[in-house]
Amino acid sequence: MLSSEPQGISTDVALVTGLKSGDQGAMAGLYDRYSSVVYAVALRVLGDAGAAEDVLQEVFLQLWRRPSAFDAARGSLGSWLAVITRNRAIDSLRKRRPETDIEDVVLSVSPDLAKDAERSRTAEKVRGVLGGMAPAQRSALEMAYWEGMSHTEIAAKTGEPLGTVKTRIRAGLMVLRKAFQG
Amino acid sequence: MNEHEQYAEDLALYALDALTGDDRARIAGHLATCAACRLEVEQLRGDAALLALSAAGARPPQRARQRLLDAVAREASAAATPALSQSTRKRGTPSRDSSPRRSWWGVLGWAAAAAVLVFAASLWKENAGLKNSLASASSREAESRRQFEELRKIAAPILEPEAQRVTLVASKTPPQPQGKAFYLRNRSSLVFLANNMPPLPPRKAYELWLIPTSGAPIAAGVFKPDAHGSGSVVNPPLPAGVEAKAFAITVESEAGSATPTMPILMMGSGE
Repeated sequence: MLSSEPQGISTDVALVTGLKSGDQGAMAGLYDRYSSVVYAVALRVLGDAGAAEDVLQEVFLQLWRRPSAFDAARGSLGSWLAVITRNRAIDSLRKRRPETDIEDVVLSVSPDLAKDAERSRTAEKVRGVLGGMAPAQRSALEMAYWEGMSHTEIAAKTGEPLGTVKTRIRAGLMVLRKAFQG
Repeated sequence: MNEHEQYAEDLALYALDALTGDDRARIAGHLATCAACRLEVEQLRGDAALLALSAAGARPPQRARQRLLDAVAREASAAATPALSQSTRKRGTPSRDSSPRRSWWGVLGWAAAAAVLVFAASLWKENAGLKNSLASASSREAESRRQFEELRKIAAPILEPEAQRVTLVASKTPPQPQGKAFYLRNRSSLVFLANNMPPLPPRKAYELWLIPTSGAPIAAGVFKPDAHGSGSVVNPPLPAGVEAKAFAITVESEAGSATPTMPILMMGSGE
């Protein structure tokens, strides 16, 4: 995208610091880095380009208004934005009030998504891991994640017992975790 | 994490916001008191964030960039002229760093609040007695009523349900369940304030106990936390002049109990 991509996390910190002092150029920089992550997540959840663009706008504006909501010591900005976006999009999809205040969203250290190349590699790897999962496990995870379904709704839809649904979802997350550890 | 294996699956659901209703409240209550599980939720959110990446590929339309930067520029200039910004700010637009949705507590220092509160509570009691006393001269009664009203104004922000309450903790620390008991032995006057109490199952309540220096625990009132986890007990009936070694909280059925049911949830002795 850009001819010379800056280094990952340290520039994220510099950009967020810029936001805190009201630097609009820092906002442009962060948008250029992460708009595709945010938009892709929103579009996947909502399935509608206009709605996805609205969520994109909302997420970055929230970041502009409350840059201190993101704690750089605990997770990468890209992953944090992806989580916020997914939550906002699900809330919009399901027409519910936000359950979690954005300040409450803390991630442990997660992959650095600042560089396009890194992001594509990670995306490929995740798709591979998902492809290798048992179909029932993958679909339970995706129903919870992309459709914001509760465990009772998933159980009702699949006809599986609640306990099975719970086990599948946790096991699916553990598979992802192990694939990216070390 | 071994000791919390029972929670493992629920934590995963919680991290995905796939847990609802009572289950969610139960886990939220546990997380308020368990740092290990909070850390696990954070890790699980990080694992789930990987799922977000499988959506990579789509690019937003070009115009979205300028739309955002225009909105940012508007907000930046609105912030620069604060007098104008109140009227231009749309209803429902959150202001910069708006306050979190948690409960808040107390404006006075605890010591000052305690002193005022216990005095107010004891005056309440005294006033009730005075009203019944036929021997009260009308001027004394008027003076007591005036004092009573004065102190009720002071105590109102501390006890009224609509009051905003703030718990201040060190940064990045979630607020813990907390209780403060203010006891004036010579007036048998007790005021108890609690916040960040986990929600309870239906038909259950928290019960406060006065632990005397000798003898069995004395029932000192029953309360249920409100939606914010706050609760209070004001001047429960108590035997006269009991010396309190400690206070404690247990969970009982909502009618209360004459003897405490283990486990003791919270306990404290004097400061």
